[in-house]
Amino acid sequence: MKSTKAILWAGVLASMLVMSSSALAQTVGFSQIGSESGWRAAETTLTLQQAKDRGIDLKFADAQQKQENQIKALRSFIAQGVDAILIAPVVATGWDAVLEEAKEAEIPVILLDRMVDSSDDLYLTAVGSDLVHEGSVAGQWLVDELAGKDCNVVELQGTTGSSPAIDRKNGFEQAISGHANIKLIRSQTGDFTRTKGKEVMESFLKAEDGGKNICALYAHNDDMAVGAIQAIKEAGLKPGQDILVVSIDAVPDIFQAMAAGEANATVELTPNMAGPAFDALAAFMKDGTMPPKFIQTESKLYTQADDPQAVYEQKKDLGY
Amino acid sequence: MTGLMLFMRRIWPQLMTLAVIVGLISIMFPGFFQISIANGRLYGSPIDILNRGAPVALLAIGMTLVIATRGIDLSVGAVMAICGAVSAWGITEGYGLAATLAMALAAGLACGLWNGILVAVLGIQPIVATLILMVAGRGIAQLITEGAILTFNHEGLIFFGSGSLLTIPTPVIIGVVTGAIVTLIVRRSALGMLIEAIGINLRASTLAGVNTRVLLIAVYMTSGLCAALAGIIAAADIRGADANNAGLWLELDAILAVVIGGTSLLGGRFSLVASMIGALIIQAVNTGILLSGFPPEFNLIIKAVIILIILVLQSPTMRTVLVFFSREPAGASDKDKETVAP
Repeated sequence: MKSTKAILWAGVLASMLVMSSSALAQTVGFSQIGSESGWRAAETTLTLQQAKDRGIDLKFADAQQKQENQIKALRSFIAQGVDAILIAPVVATGWDAVLEEAKEAEIPVILLDRMVDSSDDLYLTAVGSDLVHEGSVAGQWLVDELAGKDCNVVELQGTTGSSPAIDRKNGFEQAISGHANIKLIRSQTGDFTRTKGKEVMESFLKAEDGGKNICALYAHNDDMAVGAIQAIKEAGLKPGQDILVVSIDAVPDIFQAMAAGEANATVELTPNMAGPAFDALAAFMKDGTMPPKFIQTESKLYTQADDPQAVYEQKKDLGY
Repeated sequence: MTGLMLFMRRIWPQLMTLAVIVGLISIMFPGFFQISIANGRLYGSPIDILNRGAPVALLAIGMTLVIATRGIDLSVGAVMAICGAVSAWGITEGYGLAATLAMALAAGLACGLWNGILVAVLGIQPIVATLILMVAGRGIAQLITEGAILTFNHEGLIFFGSGSLLTIPTPVIIGVVTGAIVTLIVRRSALGMLIEAIGINLRASTLAGVNTRVLLIAVYMTSGLCAALAGIIAAADIRGADANNAGLWLELDAILAVVIGGTSLLGGRFSLVASMIGALIIQAVNTGILLSGFPPEFNLIIKAVIILIILVLQSPTMRTVLVFFSREPAGASDKDKETVAP
């Protein structure tokens, strides 16, 4: 009884496969890392939304930060015979076997946001942001904003040794190098958190003559900037005027600060990685166009001129 | 008078350590002692140490009592996250300040009750019993905040993090008052001695008629309450509850503060004041590193070396050596030695 049912299902699946392979992608499996941060939650929300807008049946699997769950999810997608697989890999290593299986089943795999160290013929393409570029967009904004005025910058780094902290620091330094008017006078880690951002900024302010020596703050993420803004206010200075504030990520709360004139600029790490992925997939399904191996998402700069209140309203329900 | 002398003798190593570290910072950063008033609030690096050290000092109060009973409470960091989340949730749902604070403190007490029952009634080893809440607590906090940083703008609640009373930051006042109340309760009654008795020999104290079960639960509930206060301060400070990061690893700082304060992890005699000074020592090291301008890669190494030096100086072997050397110069000639010998 059970086996006949299984055969029946297999038949249905097979016929679905035949039908869908000729047309655009219909069923896509999505293996998400989990929901460790607000950004991750927003990425999930936007992926589901993008799939819905395009009429794609998205099968969603939450791996709860475990690679074994992701591998299981991928095997189950392959067994179900989906048309394509999106995956945000939790770690970089150990994907060869399961990616081979997907390749043998002729299911294209697209990586979202993070990379794997497997050979690049095992996946169709990877969609992600360039962390160095994000840092340099932030640095370039500061260069343009100052227009040659002298400026001492303090930096709140991310978690020491993490790749966003290293790359965002490098990118910023590249952008300000060659501009003798901008000097990076202090740099400390704020661990990507509000609490540490505030505590470290308090020390910066005291160490630099009550903040009079500081003209700008560069934070590797918005949360640290939000904490630092409070520290600046408590020291009796005006964030956004006395001390310029530029950060990265573009989470909703920084737009509130920008609307209040307390932050100046943020660089978006877009949670919409699925949009470009689905576009590449559609082109590939239609006439076999091979996308480039890395699709870089836009690192968009938002300033106070971009109607921050409106952006906040857009972003606040994405699950950040 | 002898009581005061004994007390000073108990805490002088901690006071000396704090003085040395503050001295070192002021050499590296001459403007250290500049204190002014900004926005009606004392402003300066020493104030930062007191203000930032307050949450760990609060945790250390509860932790000292728990450790004195030969227990340990690993869950305090997670309890901070839970109580911070409850207070942010309460205020954004419009429950009003009094009700919100009551709920947050009740959550802390409930967490303490849970730990206490596991340890005192079910007899689970404290390190395992409190590990459960340490791991699960952040999940609970995330359920309350729904995974996001829950922000609020209620001036009354913010007051507990960044407000001030007579120019003194509120967290400092909360820390000092809590420390004073708990010290009075345990030292002006027999409670302190009963707690020490439990730490030295649980079975013997039970047989001697001490209600160890109730007392143990009460000690863990005190720890939960202290963690709740610290959690409210942490959330009010950043005007938001961050379930992932609030109080992260602070349980280790609290245990370290107790150890630096000279209380043995094997239970028995304890000193609340010394533990609170221990918390200030840790914060002084943290603030000093931030002021010094070293690259962040060195933070943990510098901290580890300083803590190592403090602990080595406090170790029993080192004390014997120090006593030995402090006697030696006095007995430079043989004649003196003979008089010392008997």
